[in-house]
Amino acid sequence: MMTNKKGRFGVHGGQYIPETLMNAVTELEIAYDFYKNDSEFNEELSRLFNDYAGRPSRLYYAERMTRDLGGAKIYLKREDLNHTGAHKINNVLGQALLAKRMGKTRLIAETGAGQHGVATATAAALMGMSCVVFMGEEDTKRQALNVYRMRLLGAEVIPVKTGTSTLKDAVSEAFREWTSRIDDTHYCLGSVMGPHPFPTIVRDFQAVISREIKAQILERENRRPDYVIACVGGGSNAIGSFYHFIEDENVKLIGCEAAGRGVDTFETAATISTGKLGIFHGMKSYFCQDEYGQIAPVYSISAGLDYPGIGPEHAYLHDTGRAEYVAVTDEEAVNAFEYLSRTEGIIPAIESAHAVSYAMKLAPSLSRENIIVITISGRGDKDCASVARYRGENIDE
Amino acid sequence: MSNIHCAFEHGKAFIPFITCGYPDIETTKAVVREAVKNGADLIELGIPFSDPTAEGVVIQSANYSALKTGITTDKVFDMVRELRNDIHIPMVFMTYANVIFSYGTKRFISTCRDIQIDGIIVPDVPFEEKDEFLPECKRYGVDLISMIAPTSEDRIAKIAHEAEGFLYIVSSLGVTGTRSEITTDLKAIINVVRKHTSIPCAIGFGISTPEQAKRMSEISDGAIVGSAIIKILAEYGSDSPVHVGEYVRSMKNAVHTVRH
Repeated sequence: MMTNKKGRFGVHGGQYIPETLMNAVTELEIAYDFYKNDSEFNEELSRLFNDYAGRPSRLYYAERMTRDLGGAKIYLKREDLNHTGAHKINNVLGQALLAKRMGKTRLIAETGAGQHGVATATAAALMGMSCVVFMGEEDTKRQALNVYRMRLLGAEVIPVKTGTSTLKDAVSEAFREWTSRIDDTHYCLGSVMGPHPFPTIVRDFQAVISREIKAQILERENRRPDYVIACVGGGSNAIGSFYHFIEDENVKLIGCEAAGRGVDTFETAATISTGKLGIFHGMKSYFCQDEYGQIAPVYSISAGLDYPGIGPEHAYLHDTGRAEYVAVTDEEAVNAFEYLSRTEGIIPAIESAHAVSYAMKLAPSLSRENIIVITISGRGDKDCASVARYRGENIDE
Repeated sequence: MSNIHCAFEHGKAFIPFITCGYPDIETTKAVVREAVKNGADLIELGIPFSDPTAEGVVIQSANYSALKTGITTDKVFDMVRELRNDIHIPMVFMTYANVIFSYGTKRFISTCRDIQIDGIIVPDVPFEEKDEFLPECKRYGVDLISMIAPTSEDRIAKIAHEAEGFLYIVSSLGVTGTRSEITTDLKAIINVVRKHTSIPCAIGFGISTPEQAKRMSEISDGAIVGSAIIKILAEYGSDSPVHVGEYVRSMKNAVHTVRH
């Protein structure tokens, strides 16, 4: 609908990659265009979603939180209950199945917090493919447990020591690896970013989130929600949560970026708030960068939102005003992490806590007739050590 | 049309790549002058980028180091302005799309014209995206150099057909860096290219020894060398100019023995 032939969303998107990779992305586009309409492929993917990943994920009415905040009715879309503990599995099962159909035997992936790496390692194990995950060296330290999980699942984890040793460098290294080995290898990109057709493919596989929300809320409330709120790094759980509501103009879509220590500091990852238009990692979109176009080192307590760019479709939704993007600080996210744990007995991923935080501000200003859906993109077990550290307590993982 | 064709008019060309500002801008100037004195036919000047996705570790490190010393696009332009007082062979920039885009495409490319930069090589702008820069390039007479890779196959014809300046033939899969062996059937690729264009073809990626340079120029119009030169800069620092000069001389001699 909004993707034209070259994968543009308004001015955003495109295919800014080395010539060496052009035939690889073209081959991927052709395969995807075929399999997305192939009933056998879709049946197998649905079976994996349901039997293996545990879909559909629950839409849970957060009654205590609703009462406590004293405004809009709050529902939580529980992507944290998926197998591997996050929404990442949706995209990975789709891409791994596609790669397998394309005759690839090896998956490579980047990861920030480790959730996408774990999901890719899981799908590779399930489908009998080999797997290599690139992870910034800093992140391998912040998320040591996920490194162990990936290795347990049979993947090789390569710590990336170049640049800032974080997610953007892991993406660069995965692209470099793909450039040197295309024949048997599929790059299983983890977010709605990179060159066309990745933003479209990843969105389509994640769109199951909004498809389910729409049906579930209709059944429970016989209407649409007023707000859908999700956190945004590259933006895959957010676009998945938004996608089927884009046509419903009365549903407000809100993406929560990581402000880190604040959008007026240098320690932030809030791309829409602080970035400008640029070209990087295969796409035109908004990026945190200096006046000469050098990509800025970004910071957030959340390794999964610690990325200097945003997917091109989000950039477009921002330009058109269809979605609104707000910045949430570390402090606010940690407060929400603790609040949801105590109030509902649900420990959200620190990424998802950014969305919870904004809902906490918004809900009291709305009436009881209003409905907010917050996507809990992942579970927070992985973040307990870093939140404890943030609060000045050191615990062993 | 730019002056790039001049680089290929005296036998096979030798094209050194130098990351600007590594280890510092004064060394870059001296290295360019030594390279020209020792027979370089065209100079490829890299403007550093924070995330050079097409580069191997050697050139990546040079990019990071140069940025740490405070190199900027404006400082590179100033350096070229100064070099143009005594350097008359063609020079091109190699950099990433965001460096050009963020500077303002028109402002960047018109400055290239003003300081006599003959072309730009942008590894993250393939054929499908060249309209990002091509209209301004045409307007200011700066060639947008096209690349052909071992995986280009059915794309070679359309790329070659519209190519300007020279064609950059990527010798191997992967990123820049020295390789002991180049296994791609480059002769076959260049045969296809020749059916669609008469502009010169130079081979780059992985070349470091005079023997490799000689073999590459036997099947093309010249050899491009980057990482091997950056390694000399890494080893000798501000003392590198004389060593780069010797290296360029040995490489130029090797390609020069190949008949035109």
